[in-house]
Amino acid sequence: MSSIVTSPACKPGDYKSDIKPIWCPGCGDYHVLMSFTRAFAQLSLPSEKIAVVSGIGCSSRIPAYTNCYGFHGVHGRSLALAAGLKVTRPDLTVVVASGDGDGYSIGGNHFLHACRRNIDMTYVVMDNHIYGMTKGQPSPTTEPEFDTALAPGGTGLRPFHPLVVALASGANFIARCFSGQPNETADVLAEAIRHPGFAFVEILSPCVTFRPDEKAWKDQVRPAPVAATSDQGKAARRLMTDDGFNLGILYRGNRAPFKPAVGVTTTDLSELEKDFEL
Amino acid sequence: MGPSPSISIAIIGSGGAGALTTGDCLLEAASTVGWHGLSTRTLGPQIRGGEAAALLRLAVRPVDCLPDRFDLLIGIDWLNAHRFGNEIKAGPKTLVISDPRGGDLPPMVTQAGARVVEIPMKELAKSIRDGRPNMIALGIASRLLGFTVEQAFAPIAKRLAGKGPAAIEASLAGIKVGFEEASGIELGTQLSTPKPSSARRWLLSGNEATALGAIRGGVRFAAAYPITPATEILEWLAPSLTRIGGVLLQAEDELAAINMIIGSSYGGTPALTATSGPGLSLMIEAIGLATSAEIPVVIIDVMRGGPSTGIPTKSEQADLNIAIYGLHGDAPHLVLAPQSVSDCIFTTQWATYLAETLQAPAIVLSDQFMGQSRAAIERPADVAFIGARNVATEISEGYKRYAKVANGVSPMAIPGMRGGQYTADGLTHSELGIPTSGAADHLAQLDKRRDKLEQFNFGDHWASVEGKGDLAVITWGSLTGAVREASGRAIADGINVRVVAPRLLAPVQPERLATALAGVKRILVVEQTHSGQFHRYLRAHYDLPAPVRVFNRPGPLPITSGEIHHAITDWR
Repeated sequence: MSSIVTSPACKPGDYKSDIKPIWCPGCGDYHVLMSFTRAFAQLSLPSEKIAVVSGIGCSSRIPAYTNCYGFHGVHGRSLALAAGLKVTRPDLTVVVASGDGDGYSIGGNHFLHACRRNIDMTYVVMDNHIYGMTKGQPSPTTEPEFDTALAPGGTGLRPFHPLVVALASGANFIARCFSGQPNETADVLAEAIRHPGFAFVEILSPCVTFRPDEKAWKDQVRPAPVAATSDQGKAARRLMTDDGFNLGILYRGNRAPFKPAVGVTTTDLSELEKDFEL
Repeated sequence: MGPSPSISIAIIGSGGAGALTTGDCLLEAASTVGWHGLSTRTLGPQIRGGEAAALLRLAVRPVDCLPDRFDLLIGIDWLNAHRFGNEIKAGPKTLVISDPRGGDLPPMVTQAGARVVEIPMKELAKSIRDGRPNMIALGIASRLLGFTVEQAFAPIAKRLAGKGPAAIEASLAGIKVGFEEASGIELGTQLSTPKPSSARRWLLSGNEATALGAIRGGVRFAAAYPITPATEILEWLAPSLTRIGGVLLQAEDELAAINMIIGSSYGGTPALTATSGPGLSLMIEAIGLATSAEIPVVIIDVMRGGPSTGIPTKSEQADLNIAIYGLHGDAPHLVLAPQSVSDCIFTTQWATYLAETLQAPAIVLSDQFMGQSRAAIERPADVAFIGARNVATEISEGYKRYAKVANGVSPMAIPGMRGGQYTADGLTHSELGIPTSGAADHLAQLDKRRDKLEQFNFGDHWASVEGKGDLAVITWGSLTGAVREASGRAIADGINVRVVAPRLLAPVQPERLATALAGVKRILVVEQTHSGQFHRYLRAHYDLPAPVRVFNRPGPLPITSGEIHHAITDWR
């Protein structure tokens, strides 16, 4: 993030709206919301200078629960919408919120190209390995043997590995967090927002309703044993071989963020019309 | 034979023969002299090596359609010319210049009984170092049309400026040889001398005109995904937006493109994307989002033959239904259609203005014929339709983004404005923008979005209404030019005809059409679709107060003014 305009004495509560979330009691997304507001407060961002953009799904409800500008768009397209916003409004802090269905399935192509484009924004995916809002269908990160009504006996498919895909596609910052650790998550989000270019933060966020087994995640997660690297080769090996529970900033790249072509040479439209004159 | 108000020329060759360059140069030379003109290219789907033809019509007055028959055909070769079928019509008065080694004359020539003069363009080109037969053709055409060698050479000199003196020399030599070869050949018709005019003359395509109109209307962001035949809009916008401080992003697909422009517009920057039928199909869901969230955006659909991949390089008007009815739910939005290359500027500017003013998406239906034609026109006047979004200025406690206001257009907060924070949403929402599934909120917002469009006074630009005859020809889009010409001919025959061509297709304007049709005794609907989409649209939304006939035909063959004239005179 290039130019942060600070606002004095911000408290996390300043970034919360008074709309009551539709999430189930115990949903990991409550903690993610808490981490959002803590990160914003940590950075003292004026709430009117933040835009939270999302698609469709439980996690994508988050914009309205903040006191920022929000956009709750259509399923899977939040990154594209956010790209159009950020390149025309570089003064805004743009945070995109998604889930594993919205972000990795219907929105998968946009994920690749957002990483590649490397626009200065933060992409948070609340991954619960299930479609929650539509009541329990397998997502791209669901384990192959997990039994659902739509895939009785399991999908038999190898889960998608979002962090590896992000690295291969050019994301400039890659981290994994666990919703049950809102302070650590807030710190990582603040780092992600500060980091220039496209920052990808995957937050393991249990679905207590359709994946009660995910309550065990709190005992499985651990801080990554080594510090963040800026070496893509090392990061690739590390991400390819980890078991999905190493937390923290895993890759911190130094690729220059996307900048639109500049060249304000005129405000006079008749200059453009010269293209057509004989 | 006396001077004619228009002359039409077709330059034909296999892809790579340079026929299109010859056509471009002729049009430019003619416009420099002061004539108006229109040129289109017709080509197969191959990138190189297929059939290609430049079709030109030069005229004393502005011209918006191709002729029934061509006065001059120059065949650099005829290798793939049979594929043009009925697209290029010759008659007994047509002069055909043919290279004797260019292959057999196609049926369109032999069956027409046209006069054929053989000139070995390829052989002549070989006599010149780096000579090209298309420059010989340019020299021939220039002499027949009454241009000087200098007038014919100027456009090619401009094009070859960076290619070095040898290329320029070779072209000039070719033009001179062609010019000499044409000595003594009579075209049999000549164009009236153009009237001197002080107006600045422009040469541009409909796609470029569309892009310029958008910029004039205030567009400063575009999202681009390439598709035939819309790409030129985006390719002109890319450097042009940069020059005026705007941005163009190439999207990964059309789903991204439409969402990118919604994001831009939400942030306060008027935005556009351009596509064709397949892309519009992909964008439809998000156009509904823009309707619901009340985000102004402009979507240009340069229509091509459909359904599915259809005929990418040929024109059709068959996206009318999807543009008007394609959105799920009750989703009022704007649909407009320009009527000529020149009108692409006005209509796109107006569409941008309307989208911004009414906080609604606007779909602009151009088509391949209009988009990829180049026209020599007089510079269109500046008009006052420049983005006028109702942006919230004073934001007080409890700001309601979707407040119910008299004209339905509630003040829009833009990110960065303190106190205006709201979440734009495709979910049914309350006045505050908060999601709800309540019946009252749903109805209130449906009413709001309907009323803001229905209550707006669109003024006289909604349609072209010309003449007072008791036979009304109703048409739309790029067919307006052919209909206008046909009605002129019918009026000359003593048949009273009026032309009604809506530029605004949605929201519908029943009272205005009733006025436009007052007193008519017969109605002829003309459209380029297979199923009569426009006729059905008229039936669904308008009273048609007289017996109706429909002349509809799908692409790829253009509907000519002669055919429309026939449909008018045939109805006795």
